[in-house]
Amino acid sequence: MATLLEVRNLHTNFRTRGGVVRAVDGVSWDVQEGETVALVGESGCGKSVSALSIMRLVSEPAGRIESGEIIYKGRDLLKLSEEEMRGVRGREIGMIFQEPMTSLNPVLSIGRQLTEGLEIHLKMSQQDARARAVELLGMVGIPDPARRLGQYPHHFSGGMRQRMMIAMALACNPSLILADEPTTALDVTIQAQILELMKDLSKRLGVAMLIITHNLGVVARYADRVNVMYAGRIIEQASAAELYANPRHPYTLGLLRSVPRLDEPRRARLDPIEGQPPDLTRLPPGCSFSPRCAYRVERCAEAPPLEDVDVAHRSACWEAKHLVSKVAA
Amino acid sequence: MSEVLLEVRNLVKHFPVGGGFLSRNEGTVRAVDGISFKLHRGETLGLVGESGCGKTTTGRCILHLERPTSGQIVFEGIDLAAKSEQQLRQMRRHMQVIFQDPYSSLNPRMTIGQIIAEPIKVHGLVPGKAARADRVKELLTQVGLLPQHAERYPHQLSGGQRQRVGIARALAMEPSLIICDEPVSALDVSIQAQIINLLEELQSRLGLTYLFIAHDLSVVRHISDRVVVMYLGKIVEIADRQTLYEAPVHPYTRALLSAVPIPDPKLEGTRERTVLRGEVPSPLTPPGGCVFHPRCPIAEARCSAEIPRLREIHPGHWGACHLA
Repeated sequence: MATLLEVRNLHTNFRTRGGVVRAVDGVSWDVQEGETVALVGESGCGKSVSALSIMRLVSEPAGRIESGEIIYKGRDLLKLSEEEMRGVRGREIGMIFQEPMTSLNPVLSIGRQLTEGLEIHLKMSQQDARARAVELLGMVGIPDPARRLGQYPHHFSGGMRQRMMIAMALACNPSLILADEPTTALDVTIQAQILELMKDLSKRLGVAMLIITHNLGVVARYADRVNVMYAGRIIEQASAAELYANPRHPYTLGLLRSVPRLDEPRRARLDPIEGQPPDLTRLPPGCSFSPRCAYRVERCAEAPPLEDVDVAHRSACWEAKHLVSKVAA
Repeated sequence: MSEVLLEVRNLVKHFPVGGGFLSRNEGTVRAVDGISFKLHRGETLGLVGESGCGKTTTGRCILHLERPTSGQIVFEGIDLAAKSEQQLRQMRRHMQVIFQDPYSSLNPRMTIGQIIAEPIKVHGLVPGKAARADRVKELLTQVGLLPQHAERYPHQLSGGQRQRVGIARALAMEPSLIICDEPVSALDVSIQAQIINLLEELQSRLGLTYLFIAHDLSVVRHISDRVVVMYLGKIVEIADRQTLYEAPVHPYTRALLSAVPIPDPKLEGTRERTVLRGEVPSPLTPPGGCVFHPRCPIAEARCSAEIPRLREIHPGHWGACHLA
């Protein structure tokens, strides 16, 4: 497998009235061809800003990509002109957003929203684009696709709209799809449908996927590798199987323990992560998680680097190596 | 079992669509379509279902924030339908509600102290400003905040802290019943557990009764003693927690449970999954017969013809399915 996307030491800042927010604070990760990678974390951890940075859609002037490299198929996306970048968005890299209603144009027909990209990016004729649109809607499981082309987003239910978003993301045969909380706004039974559809399509078409989510359950079933983010940094990186079986960062461990699980006997009490999520304008020096961490040591006043703790398993915690024995104690 | 605190009898709530001054009536949304259940003092009853199943409307009808189309809400032995608006306001003191979004349910121009003190003042529970301020501080401490938080404004607090304020405001009325409408779904995962633990602590300390409305089945299993599952305005299953999660009889309950992702890749890899076909039909034109039949994996001919009655399949375990 070849590396499709490599993010190196990315920094994205936002200037706010409260001060500079380092939304993405020096993160590095990659996606191999055909693979599904997850960025997991809670609100404000920088997962969505990471995706927007890749697409160069960070809203200026408040937000800015300060430094780093985003190497996609050997080219640094940060060095492309705006014109060249337009050829990447939607064509090379597709995107699926959380709220399908706000990311679809309410006054354009479903057909037009699908054919527009095809005509612009792939220079298809109107007729070809239409035929392809019908094919795409069928592929994502929308019944009676030819008739649906003339309808508008408000005619579609939430699940149908998300299917439509997937069809749009796939339209130009991209190599990578960024999916930002693709099922969070949907009901559980529809969530299952959409995730199964995405997994099936990515396998069948060989598209790599970056799934951004806060839901550890979604990640377990669908991701090959996982990056856990906290306060703008990646704090743990491993294959999904390894991460769940053997978490090596207290935050990951805390997240896994704080959720009630249907497959385990009911516990009398949940084990929450104490304290509040961090205020990004006033991060503590050293490890950002240390104020909430149950395994804090003196050294945490100094920021721990993301280091190998095992084969293909990295953690940003001074105590990562001792965490297993400490947890057992 | 302990005494019945709340009884919902044959509750129906229909909303007309259109039918305004000039437009013609376009139909009726059957948001809640004849449901009955009982809530015992001190218990937590979970109410689960997907969007549009009527769970929130049920909560609002219990509080009489919506007048039911028909049916009865009997709270502490009193039929609420017979009461005037003013009497209802008095009754509502004993039934409080915690909302999903702690952002929009707190007035941004009031301090936390004022927000909590206001209902105490309105209901005349604690006379005198100083005494009220003391009560506010006591409530803040009770929900795990600091007395100093009384001076702050909602935007200065995090989501979890705001939800604690919502809980303090509900507790201020010394209620016997709290309707929790998706109280943790807007919160970060690491904070959800804090709020759930707090709700449980308060329940055992103050003897509260909860109606816990949520769509997250893992959370509902954790907190509830008994669970009601709704689909398209109807109850499809009622059982105690363990029975519902271990031996559900309704195919919809089974599908819901199998759709919940589990944070364990090994287990997820081997797990059988029932992915339901299609989507929830519109409550404007619910299907005939069993409302679930168009999506049901085991539906038979009679399911589209005959409405299944909610019947007691085992003692305390009710299901509305012909095949159960």
